[in-house]
Amino acid sequence: MTREDARIAFLEELVKVAPDLDPGSIADGDHIQADLELDSMDVLNLVAALHERLGVNIPEPDYVKIATPALASVYLSQRLAG
Amino acid sequence: MPSLGADMEAGTLVEWLVRPGDRVTRGDIVAVVETQKGAIEIEIFEDGIVHSLDVELGARLPVGAQLATILSDGEAPPSAPAAPIPDTPSCAAVAPEMSAPPPRPDTTAPVPTGFGIAASPAARHRAAECGLDLAGVTGRGPDGAILLADVEAAATGGTTKGTPRPAATSDAMAQMRKAIAAAMQRSKREIPHFQLAQTIDIHTASDWLAARNADVPPGERILLGTLFMKAAAVAAANVKEMNGHYEADGFRPAPGVNLGVAVALRGGGLVAPAIPDADRLPLPALMAAMKDLVSRARAMRLRSSELTTGTLTVSSLGETGADAMSGIIFPPQVALLGIGAPKLRPWVLDGTVVPRRLATFTLSADHRVSDGRQANRFLAEIETALQHPEAL
Repeated sequence: MTREDARIAFLEELVKVAPDLDPGSIADGDHIQADLELDSMDVLNLVAALHERLGVNIPEPDYVKIATPALASVYLSQRLAG
Repeated sequence: MPSLGADMEAGTLVEWLVRPGDRVTRGDIVAVVETQKGAIEIEIFEDGIVHSLDVELGARLPVGAQLATILSDGEAPPSAPAAPIPDTPSCAAVAPEMSAPPPRPDTTAPVPTGFGIAASPAARHRAAECGLDLAGVTGRGPDGAILLADVEAAATGGTTKGTPRPAATSDAMAQMRKAIAAAMQRSKREIPHFQLAQTIDIHTASDWLAARNADVPPGERILLGTLFMKAAAVAAANVKEMNGHYEADGFRPAPGVNLGVAVALRGGGLVAPAIPDADRLPLPALMAAMKDLVSRARAMRLRSSELTTGTLTVSSLGETGADAMSGIIFPPQVALLGIGAPKLRPWVLDGTVVPRRLATFTLSADHRVSDGRQANRFLAEIETALQHPEAL
């Protein structure tokens, strides 16, 4: 999976978890908790949704690696390449 | 019109889910009422037969007003005839540019549409009646949820697909802010609060949970907050002075622990629906109940019993943020537990300073019911429970 595909998948699942977010206005560097105000339940729902969609099981210590769309696209594309 | 919280003065009837002649059983959802906290599904509290629906849809009624007449088996109907219920307004006003699908045959029951879109049950129902796609309706409720009024507006051409979402759902938010203000002002006026705080070493609990979660897929993971909720529920079961309602005739301890969970809504405001018998739920079941409650709170699909049966509320700041929170008790409850964000801090363990994960638990309690001694015991119970997470 390319980084761009991973970014699109991440943003789609992110917006499903927090439907009030406008995908067009989410910056690549936005932190999902500090900037987009997801709580721990939202983050868990996002991780579960990514697992369901991409088959990537993100362990808890790796949550920091999907903290922004930029980080997540790198992490997810690497996981799916391996 | 049931009271759905100390702050509620009135509600608007937006939907009947039963008709005269229907048999109802305690716990059935019979109507939907829109309140300052969004649309709430109203449950019936007795068994019987619906004799008459006594209120028109759209009517705004004070708490205590009669909505319907339910007869128990063999009971004679009241002599006064009930007011007739007018038909729901027609959907003929749907604007042509809405490109609505053709109307359903009138023999078919409306089918909810727009699954996955946050909307009140009444809004869903009405949209189905009108053949309106909820995806094309702009919601003005909390978190952009679609309310009945939004569907009505869309059905009459007020809003169409492509309308930019409002900058803020200012009206609904203002209503919720008012509801919170009313409850908290009453609490501050009536309840002589006192607070006790305790910093608790949660390192063992946190490590235990991390190890447990490492072995399971994301869908089966449990949040640290759930562990805290369970510990609080167990403490509430053991310290009766923190668990119950203060009514006109004084304090009534509750037989079970219905744990109120403060849920922050995205965009602002909060509600505190309750999880029944939380002290007896195993962690996976409690986690599932919390997930369900949070998602329904945000989609505005809470039930009346969930808003009124809480016996103790827990408000957690989550996994990042401030160290401690001393909250305001939600009447008629008599205690509220505020949990600060866990932090890695220096801590003395066996005579040595070591980095440990700590969290500060602050109990607000009602001095009409308890003193520092019971509050202390409650916090000690939580500390003990969190040192043995495997037993929770």
